Amino acid sequence: MNRLVFTLAALLAAAPAMAQDANDTNAAALIAKFAAEAGITADAEAGKAFFLANQAGGGADTPSCTSCHTADPRAMGEARTGKPIEPMALSVNPKRFTDTAFVDKWFGRNCDSVLGRECTSAEKANVLAYYSSL
Amino acid sequence: MKRLIAPLALALAALPLAAFAQDRMAPVTDPTTLTDCTECHMAFPAGFLPARSWQAVMADLKNHFGENASISEENRLKITAYLVANATDSGILKARTTSRILNGITADMTPLRISDMSWWKREHNGEVSQAEWDRAKSPANCVACHRDAERGYFED
Repeated sequence: MNRLVFTLAALLAAAPAMAQDANDTNAAALIAKFAAEAGITADAEAGKAFFLANQAGGGADTPSCTSCHTADPRAMGEARTGKPIEPMALSVNPKRFTDTAFVDKWFGRNCDSVLGRECTSAEKANVLAYYSSL
Repeated sequence: MKRLIAPLALALAALPLAAFAQDRMAPVTDPTTLTDCTECHMAFPAGFLPARSWQAVMADLKNHFGENASISEENRLKITAYLVANATDSGILKARTTSRILNGITADMTPLRISDMSWWKREHNGEVSQAEWDRAKSPANCVACHRDAERGYFED
């Protein structure tokens, strides 16, 4: 019994650390938030162009979102380490963009890796609109 | 019953052998290290790099082998402490293992990649075919070939 309680406690303690299960937001809410910050209407086509573009200013090995996510957000991606990345498109991966801390962390890391700077709110709104449109 | 005991005894007898095999290295057990590192790659055993190497790697996560791998400052300090406490030269490995891993690495060298270590090159160079490298994609992808790497086993 003790062992069961301990296991349960350990599982509960570990839960917040696991990826993408905070369930404290969703793509629509994030798009609305970023679009409002930027004072724009989110544009999926602009998001697609941003996603596919070769950027300047980032790392030599990561010139584009597609370097790891592939040119099709509905497909599995792959990190440079060989680790699989779940699809970005909401239609095939509804768990995406449901965890504010996770979204902020990965925009923070990957915008810096690809562009050498933070993404603007407009870029975030647009690319999320693109992921939601597929 | 007897029939059951014999295989069991054999299995038990084999255990210590496996545990002492040269290619076993204690896997990461620290939960923070496991959680943060495995977002992008296997949590490499701390015993594979000297303390100064872990300190250097963990001091520059903004430029982590070409990518930004920033984590919270709290976790960065926790993970650094764990890696340093379990590093090759931390004193927790057998002296023979420590000297084997540090072979060819002088005190003024701070290798940042496990694949920069002389023992690693000796073990992999020539032995791994191009097709195997293509499949693994990266030397960071231990599990592509070492299926039990996450449990600390690096035999082929």
